Amino acid sequence: MELVCPAGSLPALRAAVDHGADWVYLGLRDATNARNFPGLNFDEAALAEGLAHAHARGRKVLMAVNTYPQAANWSRWTAAVDRAARLGADAIIVADAGLIAHAHRAHPQLELHLSVQGSATSYEAINFFHERFGVKRAVLPRVLSLQQVELVAKRTPAQIEVFGFGGLCVMVEGRCTLSAYACGEAPNLSGACSPAHAVRWKETAAGLESRLNGVLIDRYAKGERAAYPTVCKGRYAADNDIYYAFEEPTSLNTLELLPEFARIGVRAVKIEGRQRSPAYVAQVTRAWREAIDALEAGRFAPRAEWQQALARHAEGSQTTLGAFSRPWK
Amino acid sequence: MKLALGPLLYYWPRETLLAFYEEVARAPVDTVYLGEVVCSRRHELSFDDWLALGEPLAAAGKEVVLSAQALTESEGDLKLLRRAVANGRFRVEANDWGAVHLLAGTDGWVAGPHLNVYNPQTLALVAGLGATRWVAPLEAPRELVAGMCATGMEAEVFGFGRLPLATSARCFTARRFNRQKEDCGYACLDFPDGMALATREGKPFLTVNGVQALSAGAYCLVEELAALRDAGVRLLRVSPQSAGTPEVLQVLRTAIDGRLSSFDARKALAALAPGRLWNGFWHGRPGMQAT
Repeated sequence: MELVCPAGSLPALRAAVDHGADWVYLGLRDATNARNFPGLNFDEAALAEGLAHAHARGRKVLMAVNTYPQAANWSRWTAAVDRAARLGADAIIVADAGLIAHAHRAHPQLELHLSVQGSATSYEAINFFHERFGVKRAVLPRVLSLQQVELVAKRTPAQIEVFGFGGLCVMVEGRCTLSAYACGEAPNLSGACSPAHAVRWKETAAGLESRLNGVLIDRYAKGERAAYPTVCKGRYAADNDIYYAFEEPTSLNTLELLPEFARIGVRAVKIEGRQRSPAYVAQVTRAWREAIDALEAGRFAPRAEWQQALARHAEGSQTTLGAFSRPWK
Repeated sequence: MKLALGPLLYYWPRETLLAFYEEVARAPVDTVYLGEVVCSRRHELSFDDWLALGEPLAAAGKEVVLSAQALTESEGDLKLLRRAVANGRFRVEANDWGAVHLLAGTDGWVAGPHLNVYNPQTLALVAGLGATRWVAPLEAPRELVAGMCATGMEAEVFGFGRLPLATSARCFTARRFNRQKEDCGYACLDFPDGMALATREGKPFLTVNGVQALSAGAYCLVEELAALRDAGVRLLRVSPQSAGTPEVLQVLRTAIDGRLSSFDARKALAALAPGRLWNGFWHGRPGMQAT
C-alpha cells in the first residue's frame, strides 16, 4: 500500500517526505491544478528543489495538471505537462482526455495517473484511459462503496488509488459547478472551489455569517464552530427546516478501513490537503505511515494516537467514512 | 437553430410521464433525449419502456436520443449502459468515459454535457471515436462554445431550465427525511420539480433532486439567440419541467424563427420558469447571475 501525500509548498513537501510519504503530489502556481490558491504551490525553482529532496530519499513526486484547459489557454497546460517531464517528475495527475492524449504522445515514458477530477467511477471508464493512453493509475471519486471499489479494482489492470483522509467532496469530483454557480470559479476551469477572495465573514446581531460572493452559506450562533463556506457544507432552509442539506462540515477518515483496502486490491491511499500547513502534512503523514507499516507487518489495529492526530486536523473535528460506508449514501 | 428537449431529470409517476411525452410529440421540438439519467433506483419506466416511448416520438418526426446515466456506480448501472449502447435503434448520449469506452468506434453518438469536453483537442478525440454532436458543459462561456463550433462539430447548448449543477452518491431528498438511499421510499416522487432550498435569509438558492443539486432559478439564453447563432450553435436544449414545457418550446421556436422579439420571449419565459431567469455562465460570470 502506497501513501500519497499533499504538498502546497517546499516545507510541506519536506514534511511529507521526512514523515514517510511514498509519493508527494504538488502543482504549479497557476490554474493548471485543482488547488489554485494565492501563496500556494510551486514555481520551477521550488519544483526542482522539491524533486531533488524527494529523489535523494527514494520517494516519488507527482505533478497535478488536473484542471480542464480551453482553446485559449491550451498551451499553458501542455507546457505544464512538458515541464513535469523535463524536470523529472515521476508521474503526472491529469483529468482532461485531450491533455492525457497529448502527454501520452509527447512523453511516452511519463507515467500517467487519472485525476479524481476525471470523474471515472467505473472500470469501463478507467479501462478506456488505460487501453488508449496507458494510464497506469486512477484516483477514484469519493462516491463508491467498498464493495463497488472492489469490483472496479478486480476488473481493471490499472492501479487504484482512493482518498484516505482530508476534506470531503460530497459531489462527484469533476462534475460539480456549485462554486462557479455562486461565485464564477470552480475546480474544473479555475482550479478552485470557494476561492478565498469570494469569501466574506461578518459578525451580525444574528450571528457570524459566512458568505460566498454574497450568498449566505451559513450563520453561526455563539459557541458554534464555524466552517469554511463551501456550498456543499452550508445550512439551508427546506420549508421550515434549516439543516445541512448536503453534508456537515466533516472530513473523510478511512484509517480503520486500511485492511479492507489492502484486501480488495487498492494500491494507494491519498491524503487530501495541498492547501494545509506543513504541520498538518507532517502529523497526518506520520499517522498513516505508521498505520500502513503496521498493516504490512500484519499487526494492524487502529491506535488511539493515530486517530487523535487525525481528529485534530479534521474539519469541524468530525470525521466520516463517506461513501465507502453504504449508509452514508 | 433546432430545439432539443433534454432528458427528464425529475422522477414522475408513470402516467404523468407518458402523458408528458404525448404532449412533447406534438410540440415544436426537433430532438428528444430519453432515459433515466439521475438515479438507477427510479423504476416508473423500465429501460424497455423508455425505448418504446421513443417510437411514437420518432413517428412524429423527432430525432430520439437515449441519454446515459451521468454517474455509474454499480454493475447494474453498467448493464443498463451496455443495453443503451447496444439498443440498435436510437443514438446514444454519453455522459461519462465508461460510455465512451463502449461507444468508441460506433458512429453518431452524442458527447453529453457531463463528459467535460472543454477544448478542441478533446473534441477531436471524441470525434475520432464516433461522436457527431457535442453538448457544451453547463458553465461554458460564449468564447469556449464558439471555438468548439469552429471545428465543424455540431454543437448543442443548454438554453432553458434549472441547471444540473452537481451529482453525488448520496441522495439528498432521502437525507431530508432522515432516510438512507437504499430505503428512500422514492421521496422524490413527491417533488415533481425538485425540493427548493433557500438560504437562511430566505433567498432561493438551490433545488434538490435525489442525488442531484440543481439551480433554483432557470438558466435562460433567449436573449442570446443571435449570439448563439453567430457562434455556430445548432441546437438549444430545454430541460423538462412539470408544467409549461410545450409552451416553453413554442416560445423559443417562435423567437428563433424571428416571429417574437427577445424582450417578449423573455417575458413569456419568465412567466413559465420555475424561478428567476439567469444566464451568467454564458457571459463567463457566476451561473446565478443575470446579465
